[in-house]
Amino acid sequence: MKRVFPILSVLTATLLIYALYQALVVAPTEQTMGDVQRIFYYHVPSAWTAFILFFVNFGASILYLIKRRPAADMVALVSAEVGVVFLLVNLVTGPIWARPVWGIWWTWDWRLTSTLVTWLIYVSYLMLRRFSSGGQTPTLAAALAVLGALCIPFVYFSIWFFRTQHPQPVIGGDGSIDPRMMHALLINWLAFVCFAFMVCWSRYRLEKLQRDVNQAYAMASLLAPHGSARR
Amino acid sequence: MIAPTGITRVTLLKDLRLEWRSKDAINSMLFFSLLVVVVFSFSFDPTAEESRQIAGGLIWVAFLFAAVVALNQTWAREIRNQVLDAYRISPAPANSLFMAKTLGNFIFVSVLEALMTPLFIMFYRLRSLGPAWQLLLIAVLGTWALVVNGTFFAAMSLRTRSREIMLPLLLFPISIPALLAMVQATADILNGEGARFWIVLLATYDLVFTTVCLLLFETVLNAE
Repeated sequence: MKRVFPILSVLTATLLIYALYQALVVAPTEQTMGDVQRIFYYHVPSAWTAFILFFVNFGASILYLIKRRPAADMVALVSAEVGVVFLLVNLVTGPIWARPVWGIWWTWDWRLTSTLVTWLIYVSYLMLRRFSSGGQTPTLAAALAVLGALCIPFVYFSIWFFRTQHPQPVIGGDGSIDPRMMHALLINWLAFVCFAFMVCWSRYRLEKLQRDVNQAYAMASLLAPHGSARR
Repeated sequence: MIAPTGITRVTLLKDLRLEWRSKDAINSMLFFSLLVVVVFSFSFDPTAEESRQIAGGLIWVAFLFAAVVALNQTWAREIRNQVLDAYRISPAPANSLFMAKTLGNFIFVSVLEALMTPLFIMFYRLRSLGPAWQLLLIAVLGTWALVVNGTFFAAMSLRTRSREIMLPLLLFPISIPALLAMVQATADILNGEGARFWIVLLATYDLVFTTVCLLLFETVLNAE
């Protein structure tokens, strides 16, 4: 187990470098947008990865509510944290691309708005975890995760309907995509998923360690002679 | 899952009696939403046509903010004298308590809406171009969406530090689809367009979130 982590880290780093090469060199330059389009190879995979992580968070939260395993709670915490960061990458790269291409940083298009609302829901999840204390945190967080995940279809559906009624500037027709572009996109996605997995794993180990330390402190103060308990 | 109605009724009547005597929630909500109306009027001076477009948003945002005031008080009085702990060790089902609190909040917010809506109509010179009775349906469904989640999250934020700040942080993001549906449905009816999609969406939202809140409330109440 100890050797698996560094080996997988090296593999992930190699994959990320290869994906970067694919995105910047191999994939052809887009005809109308030029090189700025290449941000797409980061923009899209980060969103897809974030949604996988939120799905993991939902599953782990339900598992926690049923089985009450601390491991499920830690998986839920870790996946939400990393998912929020990946979705933030998506939300930041979007305007960077939109400014030269659309001429505006932000528009309340349905995709942008729903992604932002999804991000807000998971930030509120992390806020709850931060503000609640003690052994009830996992239960409360798991309940919120379930409600939040159920809310996401409503968010997408309502905002989609809202914005199709009132059209907004959107990207020109998708057209066909060059197979090398598709390849670069998928390679980047694979690299991002591996990267997210490695971050989650190390964050999981950190969380586990933190909990063990806290438990050891609590144990030590219980066993210490009366009056000398110190944290 | 179905909560005995007796306990719900007794708890609800107790809350209503307390509110009738103190009028804490309704007074603070009324004054708060009045302030919101006045403050909004400084940010723009709308014509009758414009106010039809924005009134839905104005009304519902004012009610949402005001509802938070009442929702924060929901569980606060049960903390004093360990009433909530007593409730937890009693054999009474948690969901009866939840339903009582939700119905109580529903009544408070409905009273607020009934009192504030005429004022809104007056201040913003509103006149509906569509079937106005549908606004009543939207009000019922929308208020339920706010209070069912609000009561649930108020019970949740009770367990956190700085609980009064925590409630809106949890409630607002999850309420966005419901709020959007309420605002759009209201605006569509005021402008004489059909709002069927939004009403169906709101009803579905109510159904899903009421079910999930009932399923999870006992877990949240007994979280240790």
